[in-house]
Amino acid sequence: MTQEYTSADARVQKLNTHGLDAPQLVELYYKMALSRAIDDRMWVLNRQGKIPFIVSGQGHEAAQVGSAYALRPGEDWVLPYYRDLGVVLTLGMTPREVMLDAFARAEGPSSGGRQMPAHYSSRRLNVVTASSPVATQLPQATGVALASKYKGERAVTVCYFGDGATSKGDFHEALSFAALHKLPSIFLCENNGWAISVPVAKQMPVAHVVDRASAYNMPGVLLDGTDVLAVYAATRSAVERARAGEGPTLIEARLYRLTPHTSDDDDRRYRPEAERAEARQHDPLPRYERALRAAGVLNDALVAEIRDRVAREIADAEQVAEASPPPRPEEATLHVYHE
Amino acid sequence: MKSGENAVAVKTIVESVRDSLGDEMRRDWRVIVLGEDVGVHGGVFRATDGLQAEFGADRVIDTPIAELGIVGTAIGSALNGLRPVAEIQFADYIFPAMDQIVNEAAKIRYRSNGAWSCPLVIRAPYGAGVHGALYHSQSVEAFFLHVPGLKIVTPSTPYDAKGLLKAAIRDEDPVLYFEHKRIYRRIRGEVPDDDYVIPIGQAEVKREGRHVSVITYGAMVHQALEAAEALAADAVSVEVVDLRSLLPWDRETVAASVAKTNKVIVCHEDSKTGGVGAEVAAFIAEELFEDLDGPILRVAALDTPVSFSPQLEEAVIPSTRHIVDAVRRLAAY
Repeated sequence: MTQEYTSADARVQKLNTHGLDAPQLVELYYKMALSRAIDDRMWVLNRQGKIPFIVSGQGHEAAQVGSAYALRPGEDWVLPYYRDLGVVLTLGMTPREVMLDAFARAEGPSSGGRQMPAHYSSRRLNVVTASSPVATQLPQATGVALASKYKGERAVTVCYFGDGATSKGDFHEALSFAALHKLPSIFLCENNGWAISVPVAKQMPVAHVVDRASAYNMPGVLLDGTDVLAVYAATRSAVERARAGEGPTLIEARLYRLTPHTSDDDDRRYRPEAERAEARQHDPLPRYERALRAAGVLNDALVAEIRDRVAREIADAEQVAEASPPPRPEEATLHVYHE
Repeated sequence: MKSGENAVAVKTIVESVRDSLGDEMRRDWRVIVLGEDVGVHGGVFRATDGLQAEFGADRVIDTPIAELGIVGTAIGSALNGLRPVAEIQFADYIFPAMDQIVNEAAKIRYRSNGAWSCPLVIRAPYGAGVHGALYHSQSVEAFFLHVPGLKIVTPSTPYDAKGLLKAAIRDEDPVLYFEHKRIYRRIRGEVPDDDYVIPIGQAEVKREGRHVSVITYGAMVHQALEAAEALAADAVSVEVVDLRSLLPWDRETVAASVAKTNKVIVCHEDSKTGGVGAEVAAFIAEELFEDLDGPILRVAALDTPVSFSPQLEEAVIPSTRHIVDAVRRLAAY
């Protein structure tokens, strides 16, 4: 595949790839396409009655994939929230793992059928088990980073959350402590403008989440969260800063949730159609595809190949997950305490 | 007990807590201490006195006065391999951290199907009798008794304080370690130097008796012992069972005591409704009904906040007199 891009080098340069080569650029596209396709498929499985509840995050792919791509999976620490499918896929969770979780199977890596879908966890990848209350992971991320610093490890901790989470006290206490101790951490807000039905204008008396960064004496980086390469570059800089012992960074990736909050939500009740239509014009996936095509990195054949690969992986994952056994009722009392 | 030339040290409860924290920090580099005023100050009750001087400011951490942050940060450090001991300065202030304790620490193992664990200790002074009024007097244990995934211990002696704290720090799950502040310095006792632990979930009969069992914990153990002493003069023999652990609690020791005396009082300083006593009494009623020769009585605080005025405080908190009266009433059955 590398051969194909050699002739396109000049155009790749015009794209400002932040040092990424063509296979890496394509890998980003593949992860975004995979995340989108799995999310799409979850809706179908939900409407078929196979998965009683799903969380959706279409429109978040660039922010999730771009930021996670700047990390060292299994060495750096990640505390995701329930919309971060693109994050965990980029770190190395497989479609099979995601589907096993969604079908609440015993082999599901995140919880073995205990949690709702999208409450990701992977010890292998240092993805910390996530819960449903918003923002609780922020002070925990501070503690994870504190432990890394205490142990003299070079790991960086990235904590993901939505705009709604910044309204909670957890946000303040976490950023304050992390900044006081110059911890190697990144707080990354996926600001999609809506905490379910409550718009940011009713949540925050400031225009941007990063306006708050100065209160913690840390850099605040405001990004177009639909630009995967911009997110990658900003996260990489924050990672370098953290590894150098210079402390935490607050990143705000502005984007739009193209789908309802969950399978139980109807966003037509609170978001005007005109706004949703406008947002679809900034869908990060076709945007990135257009850029890569213009740069000569992608062409029809390669796009078809990637779509085919994604479709095969999802079909395989679904088949494996459906055939996989559910947890046994007698396991309900396991793991309340250490045994 | 060691021989005479190696006299066993006599300590207060708060000294025993501090020394045991130091022991564990010397034994295990993963143990850190964090909380408000725990460092330079050494804690408002001196429970961490000298630790920062010995172990440094990156191991004994003065935090902002922000309880959910203290507990949340401690949880994160536990997830990344440390053994944090977080101090909440007064148990009355633990409520901002309720979400982190109940939704996070207690559920991390379960919700990850055993992949993650949260070996965390939260120490908090609790209880009345120090003119602390509404916000320095509360007993909070019952709020947490209902939460699967947590453990709760509360020592009544310097000896138990050491054994339970070491057990808590070495435990693989989150443990709430509640220290009754009224007996921090009032109770002194022998604390051997050797490295012992008291298994969580193990009660102790603090005084043997034949007629009535008083099941209790924390500062009320000493009230119950006082009551037992007073009643002995009237030939009423009281057995005092110190639960020591509230979650899990020692049903076997309670059952053995009830089988012996056939009469039981559950006593705590916490208010009566929905307290530990309700749970213990329900267990006895369900499982030990045939052993009973009288009603299960509860001696507990009134369902009322605790006031600053000594007259109002004493009107609410149970005293030795209340236990004596209850024993007499039950013994007469």
